[in-house]
Amino acid sequence: MRLRLVRENTSFDFFRFWRVTFGASALAVVASIVIFAVQGLNFGIDFRGGTTIRTDGAAEIDIAAWRAAIAPLGLGDVSITEVFDPGFEAGRHVAMVRVQAQEGAEATSPELIAAIEAALRTIDPTLTFPAVESVGPKVSGELVTSALMAVGLSLLGVMAYIWVRFEWQFAVGAVVALIHDVVLTIGIFSLFQIRFDLAIIAALLTIIGYSINDTVVVFDRVRENLIRFKQRALTEVLNLSINDTMSRTLMTSGTTLLALVILLVLGGDVIRGFVFAMTWGIVVGTYSSVFVASQILVFLGVKRDWTKGGSAEGPSGTRFAGKDGTGA
Amino acid sequence: MLQIATWKRVLIWAVCAAGLWAAMPNLFYSRVEVHNDAAAAVAARGGDPTPAEAEAIARWPDLLPGTLVNLGLDLRGGAHLLAEVQLADVYAGRMDGIWPEVRDALRAERAAIGSFRRIDAAPGTLRIALSNPEGMARALEIVQGLARPVVSLLGPSGDDLEVRAEGAEILVTLSEAERTATDDRTMRQSLEIIRRRVDEVGTREPTIMRQGADRILIQVPGIGSAAELKAIIGTTARLTFHPVTGTATEATAPAGGGDALVLPSADEDGVLYILESNPVVTGDELVDAQPAFDQNNRPAVNFRFNPTGARKFGDYTAANIGQPFAIVLDDEVISAPVIQSHIPGGSGIITGSFTVEDSTQLAVLLRAGALPARMEFLEERTIGPELGQDSIDAGRIAAVVSLLAVLVFMVASYGWFGVIANAALMLNIGLLFGMLSAIGATLTLPGIAGIVLTIGMAVDANVLVFERIREELKTARGPARAIELGYEKALSSIIDANLTTFLIAVILFAVGSGPVRGFSVTLGLGIFTSVFTAVFVTRLMVVTWFEWRRPKTLTV
Repeated sequence: MRLRLVRENTSFDFFRFWRVTFGASALAVVASIVIFAVQGLNFGIDFRGGTTIRTDGAAEIDIAAWRAAIAPLGLGDVSITEVFDPGFEAGRHVAMVRVQAQEGAEATSPELIAAIEAALRTIDPTLTFPAVESVGPKVSGELVTSALMAVGLSLLGVMAYIWVRFEWQFAVGAVVALIHDVVLTIGIFSLFQIRFDLAIIAALLTIIGYSINDTVVVFDRVRENLIRFKQRALTEVLNLSINDTMSRTLMTSGTTLLALVILLVLGGDVIRGFVFAMTWGIVVGTYSSVFVASQILVFLGVKRDWTKGGSAEGPSGTRFAGKDGTGA
Repeated sequence: MLQIATWKRVLIWAVCAAGLWAAMPNLFYSRVEVHNDAAAAVAARGGDPTPAEAEAIARWPDLLPGTLVNLGLDLRGGAHLLAEVQLADVYAGRMDGIWPEVRDALRAERAAIGSFRRIDAAPGTLRIALSNPEGMARALEIVQGLARPVVSLLGPSGDDLEVRAEGAEILVTLSEAERTATDDRTMRQSLEIIRRRVDEVGTREPTIMRQGADRILIQVPGIGSAAELKAIIGTTARLTFHPVTGTATEATAPAGGGDALVLPSADEDGVLYILESNPVVTGDELVDAQPAFDQNNRPAVNFRFNPTGARKFGDYTAANIGQPFAIVLDDEVISAPVIQSHIPGGSGIITGSFTVEDSTQLAVLLRAGALPARMEFLEERTIGPELGQDSIDAGRIAAVVSLLAVLVFMVASYGWFGVIANAALMLNIGLLFGMLSAIGATLTLPGIAGIVLTIGMAVDANVLVFERIREELKTARGPARAIELGYEKALSSIIDANLTTFLIAVILFAVGSGPVRGFSVTLGLGIFTSVFTAVFVTRLMVVTWFEWRRPKTLTV
């Protein structure tokens, strides 16, 4: 008996409740933007400069006492967060201390870091400091620019590729879906104030990559079915294509999510934010390829006659393999 | 029907075998690492290995491949610095350096141009006030005459100095072409000096890289902290030799400035030396420095100059017998011995109140030379080895568990075909490690996440194919035709889907830095290997199996 995530020959109507599904997406996007506008992101030092010190000790962390110990150093904004992970043995307490970038200096001086460490050791002499990272405002400014550029370039690159391989309507649908995914991910990071650093940008870009992967598989089938069923209504063809690929979509999302959830639980706290962004993005990305990208196609309409101008030799419009099928 | 030419079969298996062969040393990571370290140490020293080294080398046969995936700092622990070289410092130094030359040239023509003096100006600019504006044209001509052609790789491109008049003042700056050439030299010199200093400490695989116009990225695994690394590369051991014009105490010290330099003595409290600010010789002209002992058996440092330095040193000592001569290290006068005799040959000894450790350290610093310009540190990161080990452990557990979960999931979903997909998945991971080792890539924590993500996504191409075969089976044209069509029709989707993801990986690599880059490498290579295994390897496996069993019906 085989495991089947989806019954064979499903025929769900994915556009019947489009007002609800598309509306929910639109609402979530708006909500994300509002949350972002109101509380912003909890930027890590990569993006706003400053120093983080990871501490590891045996004593319970009393944040107020720690603050009091550091206060005489006059460092400005200091945040202390305890870190939890199922991988820590009992009686081990890990925290992240973040200090804002200091006036007139790029990276924080070793003397200052030593002073902070000494101040904390007065509270808990067992403390060790397994990681100290300091980023100057100059670099963090550039990192913001390059991160935005990476996201922007990826969207443009994907749009160009889809436009060339499909039609402009597909490109618009795919990119709107991608923007939806990115905005929702930023929204959830803003909502829960999860630390947003360089690795999260990598996660965002991976989400773009994954989501486009998903969307393209659906679109590929749409193109094929549009040629096969020239007379059927567009929504009908879209429904058919999504149903055709449903099993694959859920299998792939399923295996990827399985791997990610395990990484989320067992992968340690250092990359948890990164993995969380990815997990969330894959859920959202899978949803958006069906309910956003395809919906946009319904709105925009598509060219129905694929035989003219294009390659007429194969059912899928463009063929990579030779006709005898041994091309690979 | 399902034909694959024999040469293709051989090629596919050969590629797989080569990939796994290259990946294999990673299974024995610590053993191979010990072997490589010992072999490198022996090769660097020359001669025979010590028994301990011989034992380490024997732990891994030389015949087997020995390249490993490098572990990034976040996994191994170590320090990371991003430094910005203050290139403008060099311009200022150059201006100070040409002033005596300009002064002497102008002095010779004093009759025509009247009196002149150097006045304060922005760093990198030499500003000379003339008392007699009529002499301006002649003075400009003289100063311009001191300019030399710019030395650059592109051949001569104009003069190195830009001289112009501003009222009754002459302004001298470096020309644009000279600045470019100087910047490039400064960067290369800084890189070289940092590399040598880091190498002196002897750590494994440091990364020292130029980034952009004026930055240097330094990553040293296994070092205790960024502060320690900074101490190693940031210590300027600037050695200069100056004529002494007098001594003073703190109370009577004249203000420095102009041609005089007032520096404290290193071992006599309260004594200040008044020196000529332009050194006779500098440490840049040193070719060697070794810890040694003086005739009283106190620790000292022996040094030797290059030919130009030796000539200057020889000429000066010949002309100034009986005069004191100051050895200045980092703005402190180490000693000011009286020149006893002409010192030809350019060797000498620095004595002072050193310990053996001091003299060794000083020799190292002198040998490595001084950094040509100050460095400002823009980014500093220290990652302790324990944290890195924790991350490796967590990543390993997560990778193994998720791999197992995906394997079970695939078999449950696709039965025998799932087993084939799983074999391909394992092969895929092997190939990925093989490629990472072969190109000398660095594995970072996000890189491990990239591998785990690849485990999840690698099955995608196979899933696409299997789902397609299932569909084709419904049209009942026989299992062979279904397999063929399944692969053929899924190809377009596989290519489109993976090319777009690959595009993103390329953008990540181009724009990203540090951890993002590490991730993009595993993601990009993962796409490569997963498409290869799905399109070629599983197809070959399915076809081979099909030829062997010739099933009448097929269940996917």
